[in-house]
Amino acid sequence: MSNKVIAGVAVAVNTEGFMTNPAEWTREIAVEVAKEEGIGELTENHWKVIDFCRSSAENGKSPTLRTITNGTGLTTKDLFALFPKGPAKKVARIAGLGKPEGCV
Amino acid sequence: MKTLLILGAGTGGTMMANKMAQKLDLSEWRIVVVDKDETHYYQPGFLFIPFGIYGPDDVRRSKRRYLPQGVEIIFSGIERIEPEASRVVLSKNSQILYYDQLIIATGTRIVPEETPGLKDAGWRQNVFDFYTFDGSVALSKFLRRWEGGRLVVNVAEMPIKCPVAPLEFLFLAHAFFVEHGLRDKVEITYATPLPGAFTKPRTAAVMGDMLKDRGIHLESEFMISEVDNTRQVVSSFDGRELNYDLFVTIPVHMGSTAIQASGMGDALHFVPTDRQTLQAKKWPNVWVIGDATDLPASKAGSVAHFEADILTENLLCAIDGLHPEAKFDGHANCFIESGFGKGFLIDFNYDTEPLPGKFPMPGVGPFDLLKESEANHWGKMMFRWVYWNMLLRGAELPLETQMSMVGKHN
Ligand SMILES: Cc1cc2nc3c(=O)[nH]c(=O)nc-3n(C[C@H](O)[C@H](O)[C@H](O)COP(=O)(O)OP(=O)(O)OC[C@H]3O[C@@H](n4cnc5c(N)ncnc54)[C@H](O)[C@@H]3O)c2cc1C
Repeated sequence: MSNKVIAGVAVAVNTEGFMTNPAEWTREIAVEVAKEEGIGELTENHWKVIDFCRSSAENGKSPTLRTITNGTGLTTKDLFALFPKGPAKKVARIAGLGKPEGCV
Repeated sequence: MKTLLILGAGTGGTMMANKMAQKLDLSEWRIVVVDKDETHYYQPGFLFIPFGIYGPDDVRRSKRRYLPQGVEIIFSGIERIEPEASRVVLSKNSQILYYDQLIIATGTRIVPEETPGLKDAGWRQNVFDFYTFDGSVALSKFLRRWEGGRLVVNVAEMPIKCPVAPLEFLFLAHAFFVEHGLRDKVEITYATPLPGAFTKPRTAAVMGDMLKDRGIHLESEFMISEVDNTRQVVSSFDGRELNYDLFVTIPVHMGSTAIQASGMGDALHFVPTDRQTLQAKKWPNVWVIGDATDLPASKAGSVAHFEADILTENLLCAIDGLHPEAKFDGHANCFIESGFGKGFLIDFNYDTEPLPGKFPMPGVGPFDLLKESEANHWGKMMFRWVYWNMLLRGAELPLETQMSMVGKHN
């Protein structure tokens, strides 16, 4: 666990770079982290997903892709287009949440 | 007369019917069980059928045989639950059943239709599942005649039942091809949405090495988007393509259609359940056991078994107007068959991942944890007998409900 300055704010992150306190998150942080993830600009659909994840997070953990598609009406394909490669992890990082609870 | 209604007479429902019939005063309580299917399947046996280790009759029995006297069974589909009115609508004659307490034990089902192309022409020709009785029997017929080629095994989405079963399938397939002199003619790939071979880090590392030693290629973070059986290709959302001659799928899992129709579940129709008391989060007279819950515990028979002890205690408390106090810790205990007469054992809960060491079991143990041994294989084989003769009937097993750290080391 360490601190990292993102968009001018010091926030707590874990070894994988996920924020550990969702309350420290700001929209400016999202823009900055998105850039780190190779997403230059956050469009309306990006925000729709980010806002959905923020509002349906449980214990600070981001929801699964299935919950996101169900809740936003976007398809898995859309999510891969918006957040290429690993949308579940990318959205979690950008939204200042932990990885979706590991399924067992 | 009050009614305890149990939906589903699989592993969890049958255990609960037996336990509650022993505990409740049957002059005050009527116990009713509903299931659409008259046959009880020993699902862990589906793993062995494709390789001819078990035959169909090793894994099926009549459901009625495992329910005690005094318990009523109705064979019918369950249409939906109306929790606000404490009643359930059956498919047969739209019969309505009222309950005082309800146990949901409707498990999970595979939904191959969720993956585009999966149920097209190749289904049960060169595309198989082994999570159903019909699927595993069809695959056994195919394997008897197969002369080799590219085998791709894929998990479509988590969670799945018995998350170690795909690995066991791979180990057994490897052993089967070696024993039939075919191994050099078969290319095996395991494509999983997980970042490694398993969900829990230490087990993932051990299992990852096992795959490597057997020459099985691991394709991780593979989120399947579609199957094209004319080209014999599976694709992932990030643009990867895998060619196959034989495709073995562990399809998307969802809760029962009855949960879906009742709107009581989450996005996958699993019922939001208190992780400790096993009470449905929204309805105090509804309880959930086994694969039907949304708990972050394995969907496994062993988990349902540990849950049954907790649920019995809590249900009896609630019936007496007391607060449910018994707490489930997420305990799971799984033998992992690794082929050539050997196996692994893992034991874990919500908070502690599987650790190496020894697992004590009076009479038969100890078993090696997170390590390959012949005893573990015999443990797995013995489990079928224990399942039919003790577990379903609600007998006490020499296993502790709460996970214990005895014998484990970090
Ligand atoms: C290949 C494979 C290998 C496995 N290996 C292991 C293992 O090694 N160890 C282990 O512990 N577990 C293993 N499992 C998992 C184990 O079998 C399940 O976790 C366990 O059976 C779950 O019990 P349950 O009561 O929740 O559901 P089930 O036993 O599946 O019972 C659900 C019941 O509900 C009924 N039902 C559902 N919906 C309706 C409806 N709408 N109307 C009427 N009836 C309905 C069904 O007919 C069924 O009888 C394995 C499973 C598979 C598929």
